[in-house]
Amino acid sequence: MHDAAQNAVPVDHSDRAARFIAKGEQTTWHDSVLWRIREKRDAVSGSVEGWERLRDLASQIKEHTLSKLDEYLIEFEESATANGVQVHWAVDAEAHNRIVYDLLKVRGVRRVVKSKSMLTEECGLNPYLEARGFDVVDTDLGERIVQLRGEPPSHLVAPAIHIRREEISVLFHEKLGTPAGSSDPQFLAGAMRQDLRARFLAADAAITGVNFAVAATGGLVVVTNEGNADLGVHLAPVHIACMGIEKLIPKPEHLGVFLRLLARSATGQPLSIYTSHFHRPAPGRELHIVLVDNGRTRHLSREDFRASLKCIRCGACLNTCPVYRRSGGHSYGATPSGPIGAILAPGRDMEKYAALPFASSLCGSCSDVCPVKIDIHAQLYRWRQVAVREGHISGKKRLGMQMVGWITRRPARYRLAGRLARSLLRYAPRRLLYGRWNAWGRARELPERPARSFGEWYAAEREKE
Amino acid sequence: MKQENRHNTGGGAGNGTQNGSHAREAILEAVRRARLPAVPLPAIAGVRDACTGDPVSRFMVSAKVAAAAVQIVETGSVETAVRERFPEGASIATTSAAWSFDRMDARTDAHTMAQLDVLVCPGELGVAENGAVWLGESGMGPRAAPFLTQHLVLVLDRSAIVSDMHAAYDRLDVAREGYGVFVAGPSKTADIEQTLVIGAHGPRSLTVLLTQAARFKSVTI
Amino acid sequence: MKVGLFVPCYIDQFYPQVAVATLELLERLGCEVAYPREQTCCGQPMANAGCAEDAEATHRHTAACFREFDYAVGPSGSCVLHLREHVEQTATVRYYELCQFLVDVLQVDRLDASFSCKVGLHASCHGLRGLRLASSSERREPPFDHVAHLLGMIDGLELVGLSRPDECCGFGGIFAVQEEAVSVRMGADRLDDHLQHGVEVVTGTDMSCLMHLDGLIRRRDMPLRVLHVAEILNGSAEASCGIPPSKPLRSARHVRKYRTL
Repeated sequence: MHDAAQNAVPVDHSDRAARFIAKGEQTTWHDSVLWRIREKRDAVSGSVEGWERLRDLASQIKEHTLSKLDEYLIEFEESATANGVQVHWAVDAEAHNRIVYDLLKVRGVRRVVKSKSMLTEECGLNPYLEARGFDVVDTDLGERIVQLRGEPPSHLVAPAIHIRREEISVLFHEKLGTPAGSSDPQFLAGAMRQDLRARFLAADAAITGVNFAVAATGGLVVVTNEGNADLGVHLAPVHIACMGIEKLIPKPEHLGVFLRLLARSATGQPLSIYTSHFHRPAPGRELHIVLVDNGRTRHLSREDFRASLKCIRCGACLNTCPVYRRSGGHSYGATPSGPIGAILAPGRDMEKYAALPFASSLCGSCSDVCPVKIDIHAQLYRWRQVAVREGHISGKKRLGMQMVGWITRRPARYRLAGRLARSLLRYAPRRLLYGRWNAWGRARELPERPARSFGEWYAAEREKE
Repeated sequence: MKQENRHNTGGGAGNGTQNGSHAREAILEAVRRARLPAVPLPAIAGVRDACTGDPVSRFMVSAKVAAAAVQIVETGSVETAVRERFPEGASIATTSAAWSFDRMDARTDAHTMAQLDVLVCPGELGVAENGAVWLGESGMGPRAAPFLTQHLVLVLDRSAIVSDMHAAYDRLDVAREGYGVFVAGPSKTADIEQTLVIGAHGPRSLTVLLTQAARFKSVTI
Repeated sequence: MKVGLFVPCYIDQFYPQVAVATLELLERLGCEVAYPREQTCCGQPMANAGCAEDAEATHRHTAACFREFDYAVGPSGSCVLHLREHVEQTATVRYYELCQFLVDVLQVDRLDASFSCKVGLHASCHGLRGLRLASSSERREPPFDHVAHLLGMIDGLELVGLSRPDECCGFGGIFAVQEEAVSVRMGADRLDDHLQHGVEVVTGTDMSCLMHLDGLIRRRDMPLRVLHVAEILNGSAEASCGIPPSKPLRSARHVRKYRTL
């Protein structure tokens, strides 16, 4: 959910995760269906010669663009303006929402159709516009489902992946009047097609996100499988495209690199169904682009973390993450969720998201799968250091770590502590050993106590002469 | 008490709403303040599709994977091929003067387009690695037409197929027209339990007709 | 070649047999091995919990312990990765995980040991994606696997393939307790994969992952056991399987209560 509308109650990832896992069967399904996407991605990336080289290139192109972002932004603005596109700049979410609102209000817009945009989610555009009387309809099927449920998306690419078809059946029965109990996906999607076609035809304005913006030509590229972005944009008189400033790439030829990676990484498709290139508005229509900072330049100045601005929002790190697959997207309390969310959110609001860098086993699968080679797991490690430095872990945990540090810097202390731990394992009653304090022991046995430590064995067996 | 949030004061384009050129300058200035080390722009090398196979057959395989139907037809028999694929009585229109269906142009009303069963458009370029066809604005009539029609047929000369996306962007001038799109299958969604549904919002089917000159001309000496 | 034996703290205290196997194996392969008795811990527990500054003194201490060696070799990919990333820069010694040392430095091509069991290999993440002990399933690269290569030299050993050959077990240090529910679920899913493929013994380069898995195995009374790869490579494990003796639990009540988790 967007930051603005929520109080800064810290997200308790482990508690939310435990509740998702308690759903049992659904967790199993969630894990396996996302793993299948990972497998499809493996297969389809394997059919590309030089896949790893392609990742290197994508990473370098993004790093290059970020290193000269001011120049590329100016070049993009010039080219787009020359094309008859109107360019707007917004320093933060509030400014972005205000710009969109003003554009709509002046034109007497009432009905807005939207295609998927993580940026507008981040800025909280929907509630902002709804509160001001606009009828805002998300048109991506998954986005529409979560919108009707009043929830944030749980996955970058598959926003409703946490919802089972039976729940969607109930939802559509209530909201679209489909017959009760009809849960066939083909039928449900067909009902939504009917409902949304009328809304597309009646819309006064269309809002889209942006996958890539080309500095040299002033063009925008928007990718969908459903065709919803195009239907919205081509039927409404006004198209407003909202993009973070990090979406720029230098030239059209660079699209070839990113598009070869994007869909393969996201869904295991060689290319998404529609890859639309917007350069000029259709005759008599308007095209507006809102360039949004909202913390991106601040992030750019963080050497340890700026690489996350390379992200192309494919969701591969979510699909591969063994934690995400079992904890569900909502456990992160942030959009986007998953590993990429866990390194972006603390940069926006550490107070609220300090738990997210710890919601990882640091297995590194995210970094290996990332098409633009963001060092996600290394950033998670570094965010942990920041979280602790800024006082976001409990005093008890901090004290515990200081104790371990104090013990392990001196061999005598270490040996004594080891002996104590082994004695505890031997003599403490089970009730005490597996008391409430012992999170490990809730579902796992502790190791068994050996007769002596290796150090003791070595002293006795190898150093006795 | 919290320590000062060191990582949140390192720059950024400031807070609060700033308008117009103020916002522009604030953002550009914040980017410059970040002082990123220079990174060279790499040449796109070592990733070109080295597959030496016939691009047409690769295209056909890719398109079928994306749930598109592909058929090779002689240049002169596009109309016949289209009529054979759809039931009699289906409303068929085209954006090109090359074929004898109802003509649709940029002035056609959206509600009319929404009633259409089949739209036949000329594709400009095909991509073997993913079965995508580039459709430029001039080939689609109103921009909404290829998305509103129930079924889409793209006609592509088989010599206009390139191996991969790099070759496609080498060949295309994407900014020549106001709008252009790669179409790589019928509209689809998997948003309900990852179950594939063809025909999400746009066309329920995509047919690609690959045209070639008649092969067996009668030869007289 | 002077090799310092690096023994992670939890192996020293709870799994000494793994350190003994490592020592014996290196010696049998002709290394001159010494165990610096003053060593304690690599410092990773603090650093991974976000408290890297609490680990600094420990890092310095560890560096001092191995100053005189050419190589520090230990039976843990995770601790060795930590030392490489946070300690090695300040020293001339090279830190090596045991299997990587055997393959890359000693270039071992035969081992004199037998182990007639169906073995499942748990690819611990830090060894896999940090030290690159094997190709990871995410990357499109020619497949290789140092650990499997070594296990292939063991007489009678049958290495069993898995559905997800390199998914994390959910140990993750502090993660194992801080995110207890996810950690346990991940471990249970890994074990199911091994069981479904008829594995009798789960092995790996990191006893920490195996400790986590073993904790689940014993609580749920599963027909599996864990062995560190050093124990198998050294031939110190009982050389044949059959049904592994299930360890009697201290309280049968706990089995009933938790087996259905």
